[in-house]
Formats: sequence, C-alpha cells, structure tokens
Amino acid sequence: MSGRKSTLEAFSFELVMTVIAIIALILIIAPSLVVLIVSFTSGFSLRFPPPGYSLRWYAELWNAWQLHFAAKNSLIVALWATGLSVVLGVAAALAISRSRALSARLLDSLFMSPLVLPALAFGLAALMLFSLVGLPVSPLTLVFGHTVVCVPYVVRNTVAALAQLEPTLLESSAVLGASRLYTFRRIVLPLIRPGVIAGAFIAFMSSFDNVPVSLFLRDAATDMLPIRMWQDLEGKLDVTIAALSGVLIIATVALVAVMERITGLSRRLTS
Amino acid sequence: MGAAPASRDVISYGMGLAAPLALFFLLFFVAPLLQLFWLSLHNDTAGLHWGLGQYLHFLTDPFSLSVLGSTLLLGAEVTAVCLVLGFPIAWLYQRVGPKLQTIIILIVLLPLLTSVVVRTFAWIVILGRQGIINATLQSLGIIDTPIKLLYTQFGVVIALAQVQMPLMTLPLITALGRIDPNLDDASCSLGAGSWRTFFKIVLPLSLPGVIAGCTLTYAAAITAFITQSLVGGGQMLFMPMYLYQQASTLQNWPFAAAISIIFLLAVLAVVSVFTTLGRMSRGYGGV
Repeated sequence: MSGRKSTLEAFSFELVMTVIAIIALILIIAPSLVVLIVSFTSGFSLRFPPPGYSLRWYAELWNAWQLHFAAKNSLIVALWATGLSVVLGVAAALAISRSRALSARLLDSLFMSPLVLPALAFGLAALMLFSLVGLPVSPLTLVFGHTVVCVPYVVRNTVAALAQLEPTLLESSAVLGASRLYTFRRIVLPLIRPGVIAGAFIAFMSSFDNVPVSLFLRDAATDMLPIRMWQDLEGKLDVTIAALSGVLIIATVALVAVMERITGLSRRLTS
Repeated sequence: MGAAPASRDVISYGMGLAAPLALFFLLFFVAPLLQLFWLSLHNDTAGLHWGLGQYLHFLTDPFSLSVLGSTLLLGAEVTAVCLVLGFPIAWLYQRVGPKLQTIIILIVLLPLLTSVVVRTFAWIVILGRQGIINATLQSLGIIDTPIKLLYTQFGVVIALAQVQMPLMTLPLITALGRIDPNLDDASCSLGAGSWRTFFKIVLPLSLPGVIAGCTLTYAAAITAFITQSLVGGGQMLFMPMYLYQQASTLQNWPFAAAISIIFLLAVLAVVSVFTTLGRMSRGYGGV
C-alpha cells in the first residue's frame, strides 16, 4: 500500500463503505436467524421473540406426510434436472466459449435467456405445449422444465471458467504433442472443474427451490415442496412451516459447509 | 468449423458440442414460447378466432397497464437498493483477509441457496403486526399501535432486495477481483483521494459486473412470484400474479398468453438496454 495524501478523506471513504457493507450483511443474514429462533417457539403464533421455546413444531413436522411427499418429489426432480443440465450445459459451454462466430454468440444468448425471461411465462408456455401434444404433467415434464431454467447456471459458470483459461497453456500442451482429448482431460477439465461444480450446485438448489415452472407443471400426484409451502402460507401462517424452514436453513448451511470443505465453494464462485 | 487446423486453433471446440442443448432448447423452450405467442393471437378462449383482441384489451385497460407499470417500477427500486448495499459488500470483500472473505461469501451465498419461500416467510415474521420491527418500536415507546409494514411497497422492496442481493453481489465481487490493485495505489499516489479513485477508477472498471448484477437482479425481482404475493398480499398485484390468476383461476389462456408476451417484451426491452450499456462499458472494463 502506498501512502495516501489525505488520511481523513481516505478514512471517511472506508468508514462509509464498511458501515454500509456491515448493514447489508446483517440485512442478508437476519431473516434466516429470525426464522430459526421462531421455529423453536412453544406458542401457536409467529410472535417474535417467542413466549417460550420447545421442539413441538419439529415434532409436528415429523407427521406432516404431505410435506414429506412434496420434499421427496422435489429432490428427485432436482437430481435429474441437475444431471441433465451438467451433461448438456458443459458440452455447450465448450462449443460456444471461445468461438467468435455469430452462431456461438446467438446460442449463448439463447442458453442464457431463461435467466432473465420471466420463468412464470415459460412455465405457462410449457404447460400449454405439453397439453397440446398430449403429454400429461409428470415428473418427466417437470425435469424438462426445470432443466431449461437450471442449465444457464452450468453454462454460465463453465463459460466463465473457460474464459479465464490461459490460451498459452493449451497452445503449449499442443506444441508439446498432446492430443486435443488429452489436453482437455489433463489441462482444461481440472481448471474448469470449479466452475462446473459451482454451476451444478446452484442448478440443483435452484431446481429444488423452483416455483414458477413447478407452479404450472405439477399436479397433486407430483406436489413440489416450495409450492406446498407457499400454499400452506397463503392459507394460514402455520408454525409447522417455520419448523420446516428451520430444517431447510440448517440443511442449506450444512450443505454449503460440506461443499466449502470439499471444493472450496466460496473461492470457486468468485474466481 | 469443427475441423479447424489443429496447429492454429487448439483452444476452441467444434460447435457440434452445442447441438444437444440447442435441440433441447428448441423443443422445450423455443417451441413452448412460440405456442404461447400463437395462442395470444386469438380472441376467444377456445383459440378459434384470430385477432389482436387480447393485446388491445391489455393495452387499453388502465388496470392492466398499472399492473405492468408497478411491476417495472418495483424492479427498478429493488435493483437500486441491491446496488447501493451490494457494492460495499464487494468492496469490503477485496479488503479483508482470506478467512473473512470466506465468511462474507458464505453470508452472501446463504440466501441465494436458501429456499425463496423460507426467505419470504422470514419477512412475514419480521414485518408482521407482531413481528420483530413492530415489537421493538412498541417496546421503545415510539409507536402505540403496530404500523403496517407487511402488504406495503416498502415491505416488498426490502424483502425482494434481501432475497435478490446475492445476484447483485456475486458479479460485483468477481468484477472487483479482476481489477489490478496497483491501479488503486497508482491513483492514490498520483494524488487522487479515495472517493475520487473509487468513482474514477474502481466504479468504471467494475461496470461490466455492475451491469451483469443489475440485469440479473432486475429480472429476478420482477418475476419473484412468491415474495411479491406473500409480502405484497392481495391488495398489490404484479405481473406474475396477474398472469397466474388469468391462467389458473380464470382459465383465460389466450389473455394469460398475451400478458406473458407483453411481460416478456418488457423484460427484453429492459435487458437490452442493460446489454447495450454493458457493451459500451466494455471499453472501460477491457483492461
């Protein structure tokens, strides 16, 4: 660090930025903490702070078979959608990432468009098409719908990782006589793996949490967890949902911690 | 394309690898949207009579237009809040050690990966009549009766800003990480203050990240069906709920299709403005 001309001026800048950052971080984390605390309430309402603490709503959750059923469906669909997204997405990312051709740029825009287009409109469109061709809503249609909205995460993260690849590495590898496939396996794949894993993880979580597509493509037989929770919340403010939220928050934290440990997720998402 | 001479082109792969995903998108993304468009061009619910009746209905109906307007405005407000709060997080991230960096990233990631219903539910607990804000204000004696926070524009904006914050912060962190730290030092040692360096060097160089973040945040905020409907309540209607009501409750598919198309076009217009800005900003960002 070089010396600053005006320490007061620098200090005011750092103070303002740091204070806003800390407020923002608290704003991000607080809601999850509030829900966690409320989920242990002994009362019947969502009053904060709770009148007392108990595990009664978690016990209640144990018997909520509708939620169990919806959670199982969501998990299965998310796993299939993630698998399909990784296979299709990584291949596509390899093709379009380094190409300057117009077709590559058009495909890139096409593959990214589910990220910005209103997913609810796509959900409705998918339902209309499936009903037109006589395909009943099923786990399969859900997987297809989810893959469309999840694959952009895989493509984007893989393309980003490929873009940061040093071309000279690949050129050296080729000059030294390595084949394309060998270079891919030994140089490209290890270097882009962070991006692929990050993309797959986000794709999985966003499928598990998907509402707009599931809203139209599920029925009673393929109930999905976020929709079930939303409908429960629309009807009444059920404390069981607080307990379920507690479980989901803890599961998410645990999953992120495991990913962090195994893959260093936080580095990979910001590399 | 695929058979480019290996001696020169060793770093790109054949376009054929994109074919499976392109086909998948054709079948399950493009085709549904075309079908949606086709249906929107019909005047009756059975889809027998062609016409622009659905669009005319929407564009001449003050209620529909106000729903569209308030949705687009909501997106702008949420994006602004996210940018103002998200940028300092990204800035702080570059300033702290590796341990704190990991903690910041995990805090930012947590809401992104937590179920959106859970996050929204949290805001119901916070903003409700017996919620944490009202309870605090009442116990401090600032207010006597609970103030209405839930089912207000303020509530929706704050809740959405928290829900979408990671989409803004992550591209910003990436963009700031790519800026050569020496530029910052150079600027300061040449006599520019911290504020000036920030606005003249850091902000312009991070514009690609800012624009990426704004695009994602905006698009996500205006389509956030769950947060809008649960925190906004019945009195506030935004495009996603309007679309859902017409499609599911009223079974008016052609009108729902027209709403979808208008919504799509509105989003596309906003995104292309951002994209154009992004292309212009690349002159700055291409260090």
